[in-house]
Amino acid sequence: MSALTREETEALIQEVLEVYPEKAKKDREKHLAVNDQSIEQSKKCITSNRKSLPGVMTIRGCAYAGSKGVVWGPIKDMIHISHGPVGCGQYSRAGRRNYYVGTTGVNTFGTMNFTSDFQEKDIVFGGDKKLAKLITEIEQLFPLNKGISVQSECPIGLIGDDIEAVSKKAAKEIDKPVVPVRCEGFRGVSQSLGHHIANDAIRDWVLPRREGKPFEGTPYDVAVIGDYNIGGDAWSSRILLEEMGLRVVAQWSGDGTIAEMEKTPYVKVNLIHCYRSMNYIARHMEEKYNIPWMEYNFFGPTKVAESLRAIAALFDDKIKEGAERVIAKYQPLMQAVIDKYKPRLQGKRVMLYVGGLRPRHVIGAYEDLGMEVVGTGYEFGHNDDYDRTIKDMGNATLLYDDVTGFEFEEFVKKVKPDLVGSGIKEKFIFQKMGVPFRQMHSWDYSGPYHGYDGFAIFARDMDMTLNNPCWGKMQAPWLKKPEAEAEQKAA
Amino acid sequence: MANIMIQRGSKTEYVFYLPKRDLEDDIISMEFNTPEKWGGEIKLNNGGCYYIEPQAAPARLPISLRAKRLDAAE
Ligand code: SF4
Repeated sequence: MSALTREETEALIQEVLEVYPEKAKKDREKHLAVNDQSIEQSKKCITSNRKSLPGVMTIRGCAYAGSKGVVWGPIKDMIHISHGPVGCGQYSRAGRRNYYVGTTGVNTFGTMNFTSDFQEKDIVFGGDKKLAKLITEIEQLFPLNKGISVQSECPIGLIGDDIEAVSKKAAKEIDKPVVPVRCEGFRGVSQSLGHHIANDAIRDWVLPRREGKPFEGTPYDVAVIGDYNIGGDAWSSRILLEEMGLRVVAQWSGDGTIAEMEKTPYVKVNLIHCYRSMNYIARHMEEKYNIPWMEYNFFGPTKVAESLRAIAALFDDKIKEGAERVIAKYQPLMQAVIDKYKPRLQGKRVMLYVGGLRPRHVIGAYEDLGMEVVGTGYEFGHNDDYDRTIKDMGNATLLYDDVTGFEFEEFVKKVKPDLVGSGIKEKFIFQKMGVPFRQMHSWDYSGPYHGYDGFAIFARDMDMTLNNPCWGKMQAPWLKKPEAEAEQKAA
Repeated sequence: MANIMIQRGSKTEYVFYLPKRDLEDDIISMEFNTPEKWGGEIKLNNGGCYYIEPQAAPARLPISLRAKRLDAAE
């Protein structure tokens, strides 16, 4: 099917909105849009970062998920206490596959779940004593931890516990950082506010710890900010930066440590991959420590080369040569990948619906493979995310913010993409509809997808999914109409 | 009054950032823009208008300031 025109896309949105009651329709209308590259400011065409409508199916998370799950969780040598009832932490445990090196339970704790397991009595009488006891116990059982963070779940804010006081006291006792994070799930409209709260906690409790201490820097120090090392993403990015001559001082926060974070105020440039979840801290460091920051995109060879050059432009000729060398080295390898997969994927159409940066960042990688992204949307994006998306998307493509289960299904039925990229909650709906599907949050347990090495895996995975013979077997053989069969043979 | 941040821009001299609303926009005009007196009424590309207390120009940017909203484009 050829691409939809602007009118057709508009009509499609109206058609999907038809089923809603008047009020809901008015609200959802603002979140759906047809892309128009001539618009400078996204908020003229799309509304974002608003509370989801009660009654619709949204796939957003909570502030606790944004802080514990995204920002703090991957810091491997700290212990992150899910403070409150056991469920929030246990059901999200290790779900993001933030890879790290270390011995779990000894000097790293990424996949473990620590919780204060609130009972009725803690809600009634308060949980501060329990928290203090828990911190002491952690220190006894896991003496190699480098610090503790207290990630508040909903009840903590509701009953008014003073986790700051407990943390300050405990920090003195164990002589390590203990960071209280006020990321109760009910704050904000999505996990996005959790990112912000987590950033603020790092700003207040982590960054000042090393101020004024000596640091042996080089002119080539950088920090990778907002790469969570999902399936090893940060590693395949880091090697490229190192190969071109930079020194990566810190990884925020995939496979990162608290010591690295404390050293970040000494770097020369902050490189941001996930803008949504960590722009706050970058802006803070720019103001306070005078460290410039830039966004980069390591999905697909075109964007990687673009980004490497843009990064190198901030440094001297040595780094610029380094960047060219790296690009030249990987160019033939990438050409081989493209030669192999492009013929199999050319012209296929993709619809995306993901989180922080991927709805715009992966577009380049698909284009490198000759594929086209015909619809995209963010779970919890803000205006500034859409500002950045409009230019990357083709004209008259669909944009949907905080799309509901119903809308997404209808869009896919009408637009008929060849591939849908979204999360686990959507996966089985679309697979049962017979639409090839890739999880773009966790890379479907594959990865990494960042960097040059990642692109090879990305291309293979897309081919594996799209050209899987199972899609031709969606209908029981006895239900098959003869003409459909003939059509298939012809195809 | 809102907390805002003013940064250097690539297209215009200054960029305005309002964290509360994730509003990032070019500043198209600023009432006073001399080393001694800096600030006053600022106009944004989106039509919004804010006021910052005139002050000596900051030694370096970005800088966090308090601003009064005169006219927001919404
Ligand atoms: S909303 Fe509250 S109870 Fe639910 S997962 Fe988040 S913190 Fe836990």
